[in-house]
Amino acid sequence: MGGYARFVWPSFAVALIIFAWNLWSAGNLHAAAKVRVARAVAMALKERT
Amino acid sequence: MWTWFYRLASPPYVYGVAATLTPWLLAGAVVALGYGEGVGLFFAPADYQQGDAFRIIYVHVPAGWISMFCYSTMAIAGAIALIWRIKIGHAVAAAAAPIGASFTLLALVTGSLWGRPMWGTYWVWDPRLTSELILLFLYIGVMSLRSAFEDPARGDRAAALLGLVGGVNIPIIHYSVVWWNSLHQGATVAKFGKPTMALSMLVPLLACFLGFMLFFGAVLCMRLRGEVLNRERQAKWVREAIKT
Amino acid sequence: MSVNVQGRVRSSAAMGLVIRREMALSFRRPDQLLQPLVFFLIVTTLFPLGLSPLMSLLRDMAPGVLWVAALLSSLLALDHLFKSDADDGTLEQMALSGQGLWLIVVGKTFAHWLVSGVALVLVSPLVGAALGMPAHAFGTMMLSLAMGTLTLSWLGAIGAGLTVGLRRGNMLLSLIVLPLAMPLLIFGANATDRAIGGESPAGALYFLAALCVITSTLAPFAATAALRITLE
Repeated sequence: MGGYARFVWPSFAVALIIFAWNLWSAGNLHAAAKVRVARAVAMALKERT
Repeated sequence: MWTWFYRLASPPYVYGVAATLTPWLLAGAVVALGYGEGVGLFFAPADYQQGDAFRIIYVHVPAGWISMFCYSTMAIAGAIALIWRIKIGHAVAAAAAPIGASFTLLALVTGSLWGRPMWGTYWVWDPRLTSELILLFLYIGVMSLRSAFEDPARGDRAAALLGLVGGVNIPIIHYSVVWWNSLHQGATVAKFGKPTMALSMLVPLLACFLGFMLFFGAVLCMRLRGEVLNRERQAKWVREAIKT
Repeated sequence: MSVNVQGRVRSSAAMGLVIRREMALSFRRPDQLLQPLVFFLIVTTLFPLGLSPLMSLLRDMAPGVLWVAALLSSLLALDHLFKSDADDGTLEQMALSGQGLWLIVVGKTFAHWLVSGVALVLVSPLVGAALGMPAHAFGTMMLSLAMGTLTLSWLGAIGAGLTVGLRRGNMLLSLIVLPLAMPLLIFGANATDRAIGGESPAGALYFLAALCVITSTLAPFAATAALRITLE
């Protein structure tokens, strides 16, 4: 795999990082939105009582 | 016949559909990428000129394609949202922008890694790389404009308009960059793509395209759910939805 | 001034009014007119200091240096395009006057170019000479700069409309307009370069003219839509 080492593997590694970041940040965005909604619901309940 | 269209525009429906689609799209992406990248890396024959380094195209070319495809998704979704005041379009545009920017970055990095063995330097002002770089700037502009407004609805509309203006400009930018490049250097540099490709190289490349598209769809659905929740915080269905 | 039955000023007359008002205002505040010009001169002075005072080297760089400096300085001036009128509510009053925001956008942008763009074009031979450009290239340079600054004014109007309500809109304006202005730089600098080399600059000038026409017809709509978004 002589030709691979210097440029092919780094390329695939960068691709892997970008893919992982996409998954992580998408999940993170959704989770954070959920938390925010939950907090808003809790606030609304507190105000009502 | 328009009912499906209205249903498509309703946030709870979209939220649900995105949730159902995500695992299927992800599974498809894993299969297509596993096959495409695997064959591309280990079984496709090495290029007679470029040797094994040509295998970078199995990442670079689909990434470049997604960077363009994602921009048009963003611009069209924004246009739909601006013209017909369909709010879900803004959520789609907001979800697409960071994905597109990340794939533009991937195309740039892999392009420069490919350039090292081909041209002997990590960066050459090649028209494709230059266009990708300008595309990255456009993505950054749209994303910064969206987040610069305190009122998110206003930021959404401003970003949609900028996305549209940029979309009209992209062909002009690309054309002018190609023109500029043809003046300043001969057509001697090796280029990606076009030249006749052996079938054994092409099939895995197509699988990679499919895999990147499916992955893009999956991540778009995931982000879309977050964006919809953020925009519909006050709605009743949202409170039902997060319980499950 | 011609007034029709409803008591509304005819739109061509209204456009003339807007243009005249803008020009009167900018001549009353000469510092706002002069600052971009001085900025243009300062930026072009930086290059010989940073590179080398060798005229032969500077001549090779001149078109690029001149065009980059021109783009940056006109962009700097564009930040003010709607800001003061938006801050004191004049813009909203104009928008409510029944003349249509479109007219006001076109009038203001065109007036802006008539003052700042033309001034920049008139100063450019000075910079060109300082960078060692031969005099026979001045005509092409000024023509290309005139079209380029007009196109940039339209693009900048979109950007200024989008960022008018923002506190730190200045940086963002450059960030969103400069990528759109790159074709201008390519064709403009190339036309100037060819003129210096004694070749025909026609090709690049035609492209520049095409960009100018396309932008002048489409950008007013986009800039109006942008102002609607930020003003409403």
